[in-house]
Amino acid sequence: MNPFRYERASDASSAIALVAQAPNGVFLAGGTNLVDHMKLGVRQPDLLIDITHLPYDRVEPLPDGGVRIGAMVRNSDLAADRTIRTRYPLLAQALLAGASGQLRNLATTGGNLLQRTRCVYFQDISKPCNKRVPGSGCPAREGYHRNLAILGASEACIATHPSDMAVAMVALDAIVHVLGPNGERTIPLVNFHRLPGDEPQRDTVLEHGELITALDLPPLAFATRSHYRKVRDRASYAFALVSVAAAIETSATCALPWAASRMYRGERQKPSTRCVEHRRRRRRSAGLPMQNSPTHGHCATTRSRFHSRATSSCARCSTS
Amino acid sequence: MNLTIRTIGAPLDRIDGPKKVTGTATYAFEYPVEGATYAFPVQSTIAKGRIVSIDASAARALPGVVTVLSHENAPRLAALDNAELAVFQSDAIAYHGQFVAVVVAETLEIARQAAGLVMIRYEEQPHDVELRADRADLYKPEKVNPSYETDTFSGDVEAALAHAAVTLDHTYTTPAYHNNPLEPHATVATWSDDGVTLYDANQGAHRICDDVAQAFRLPSERVRVISPYVGGGFGSKAFTHPHVILTVMAAQAAGRPVKLALTRQQMFAVVGYRTPTIQRMRLGADSNGQLTAIAHDVVEQTSTIREFAEQTAVATRMMYAAPNRRTTHRLARLDVPLPTIMRAPGECPGLFALESAMDEMAIACGLDPIELRVRNEPEIDPDSGHPFSSRGLVACLREGAQRFGWQQRDPRPGMRSDGRWLTGTGVAASTYPARRRPSTALVRVDREGRYSVLIDASDIGTGAWTVLTQIAADALEAPLERVHIEIGDSALPRAQIAGGSMGTTSWGSAIVDAARKLRARLHDEYDGVIPAGGLEATGEGGENPEAQRFAMHSYGAQFAEARVNIDTGEVRVPRLLGVFAAGRIMNAKTARSQFLGGMTMGLSMALHEQSVMDPRFGDYVNHDFAEYHIATNADVGTIDVTWIDEDDPHLNPMGAKGIGELGITGTAAAIANAVYHATGIRIRDLPITLDKLLS
Repeated sequence: MNPFRYERASDASSAIALVAQAPNGVFLAGGTNLVDHMKLGVRQPDLLIDITHLPYDRVEPLPDGGVRIGAMVRNSDLAADRTIRTRYPLLAQALLAGASGQLRNLATTGGNLLQRTRCVYFQDISKPCNKRVPGSGCPAREGYHRNLAILGASEACIATHPSDMAVAMVALDAIVHVLGPNGERTIPLVNFHRLPGDEPQRDTVLEHGELITALDLPPLAFATRSHYRKVRDRASYAFALVSVAAAIETSATCALPWAASRMYRGERQKPSTRCVEHRRRRRRSAGLPMQNSPTHGHCATTRSRFHSRATSSCARCSTS
Repeated sequence: MNLTIRTIGAPLDRIDGPKKVTGTATYAFEYPVEGATYAFPVQSTIAKGRIVSIDASAARALPGVVTVLSHENAPRLAALDNAELAVFQSDAIAYHGQFVAVVVAETLEIARQAAGLVMIRYEEQPHDVELRADRADLYKPEKVNPSYETDTFSGDVEAALAHAAVTLDHTYTTPAYHNNPLEPHATVATWSDDGVTLYDANQGAHRICDDVAQAFRLPSERVRVISPYVGGGFGSKAFTHPHVILTVMAAQAAGRPVKLALTRQQMFAVVGYRTPTIQRMRLGADSNGQLTAIAHDVVEQTSTIREFAEQTAVATRMMYAAPNRRTTHRLARLDVPLPTIMRAPGECPGLFALESAMDEMAIACGLDPIELRVRNEPEIDPDSGHPFSSRGLVACLREGAQRFGWQQRDPRPGMRSDGRWLTGTGVAASTYPARRRPSTALVRVDREGRYSVLIDASDIGTGAWTVLTQIAADALEAPLERVHIEIGDSALPRAQIAGGSMGTTSWGSAIVDAARKLRARLHDEYDGVIPAGGLEATGEGGENPEAQRFAMHSYGAQFAEARVNIDTGEVRVPRLLGVFAAGRIMNAKTARSQFLGGMTMGLSMALHEQSVMDPRFGDYVNHDFAEYHIATNADVGTIDVTWIDEDDPHLNPMGAKGIGELGITGTAAAIANAVYHATGIRIRDLPITLDKLLS
């Protein structure tokens, strides 16, 4: 770990100004990912601006019936929030499916969106990684990539985004509120994370110095009937092999994430109920209950196999 | 040499429990040492080759750095029996992650930062890290761990297989596993005019003491190793590993005390692991399910710097009767970190293969798997020809069948479901040798009748503090509260390490002997009146002479229920039952914990654990707890542990067999057998991950 300067900003604008002026400065919220990376040498910021005391720690109703979640709301608190539990149960489920109780007590809503991939090569500075050191190569492509990308991978990078929370929020059409040196802007969460392309070092569309202040959830009445299903290599405390967040009505929305560095989302106008039923029909007709489902297409161990299977499944999901 | 049993067997709470729960038990790294500095090692990023140059100028220039050591400036050690311990003695690189330098600094943070500034240039040579059964360079080791014959043959296996009514020929594989105790390996070293003192996390202080003394050319009485509390080991703290030598060397060079705790990532290269295994099992049986041939051929790996040969097929030599038998072990010498012992080395991976194969054979013969085992129960040990001192396998199987509800089992696979989950049950046998090794103990009584028991035993979480107190109390016929135990210090009488499930049997034998001698002295020389200065006696527990006449093993039967999700292939194990026969149980509470822990580790082996070697780097790449999966609480369902009473007079004064490792043996096979029963899919390659059930 390299020496760094630590400051607590008194308000958002000074926090943003401090980071914007420091090319190697970062915001520090829960620190559950950033501090690990600093110890491992994955990141070497020289300035940490602690934003944990900024006034973004509330879950509040919006005039349109939606909900605003402050960026500093802890994952544990958000999962336990009565409004979230009753109106957006898939979000509470997704939060509780992630990490551990100790980590959720520290991790924040904004920070959750900004966590980095858990690709083992990214986290080991003795190995090449295009995301960590652009141009150094991607050993994951031909290496250990058990829970890396099926969708949206590039030649340069096959990383996945590890968040469970973000999956549920994409299904809910969440909007990210950002404050930056040039003022405020909003970004639909579905457009927030970038595919790696040939710039895998950039995970999101945020510019340096931009700070997430809140996420808005629209008033989706049907989200009360929703579910988050995560499939992983052990029953708890593991990143997903694949997960699905689904809310069901006559019109519904469905996100198929954990397959890529951004979230994939079914068309909202298309009933995702049909998507789910479609899979079941295919399973029955195939007579092989464990195959051909988009929820587990990429569990296989070779990339080519799971790539095609999951791709076709996703295409089906979003076009049916 | 009968012992009056009074407190032995009682479910006593751990006497070290309150200290551990309240955080006041001092572990190695926590010892306050005046003027301490901190070491952070630099590890090789290549798997084979040599160091061309080391530029530590930037590291040395960092304020707070005390010294940087590497092969360029390290003191020369004495020639060692164990080449793994020749830290910084040459420029040669034998495995990825080998220590190539160490920074000592005023703080851990400075040491770590400076370690990142040490620039090392390598001349890389092609490395070879791939274990395959078809390698041309497999070789036969002289012995397998610790000193078993490498191969055994009797009868004519090939002929028997050719004529058998039913035959089976399958290969079972297990991946590499890392021991991963919760407490990382840690050493604190302080030199003085008298020698060197270590606070160290280990499974036997004397062994560390001996190796340090040899390496630094000191008489062993000038090395003291203090280790009263140790946070797990599973074999990885049984032997001295390079970090101990590195810390002692760093403290010598720095002229200051040095503290070192390995990071979890570092532990994947330098403190041992279980070799991956490739095991070909061939069984032949007649039409009644009587085995006519058993062949178990094992291929596994060792390192180029030192040989370790896991005794994977040894249990197969005595588990079941068959006139024609063969076991072999072959090694590939690879450019990998040194594998070493991990909980039940040999029996643990070996029984996965044997007990899976027995399940497959039962199905092939149309027999219940318990019945197949009962029919092949040997009358005497097929390996040594000796009678068994006691053998509780069939009793455990029958008791377990009753308790688990096995009788109602429909043997057909893939027939039961509960919602979207297929369900099934499986059974497998457990076994582990019952041994003991020489140990010494000193028992002292003071004028007030308070007893002290001194022995360099180790409690790595097993319950030794408590169990040895119980044994001493009974041997002294004294109340528990009058008996004080001291363990975990090389200044105490030399004793067997906490390993091979031999701790309690070895240490207990020495304590009983010392207690008997003390009581005899008190009676014979002092008429039963404690002299003013107190009295003491030293006792010994040696090898068991009865081991020349009897085969001695503990046994068990494990039952598992598995659920497999039809859609996703996820596996859950809601229920495990272990029934064990392990002599007299010394403490019902800590014993249950030992079995629970072993079975949980076995479940973890069945479903989760694997160390993934990336052959391009020669490195185990999933080297942290996020990626090296160990079963979580959510993975562990009901575990029912029980045992049958066993009165075996041939073992030791306590009538005990070891229990530390028995619990992990057989669990993985029981679960694999249950998964087969649920799905009809036989997984012969651990772990049983969902992709293997989907494809």
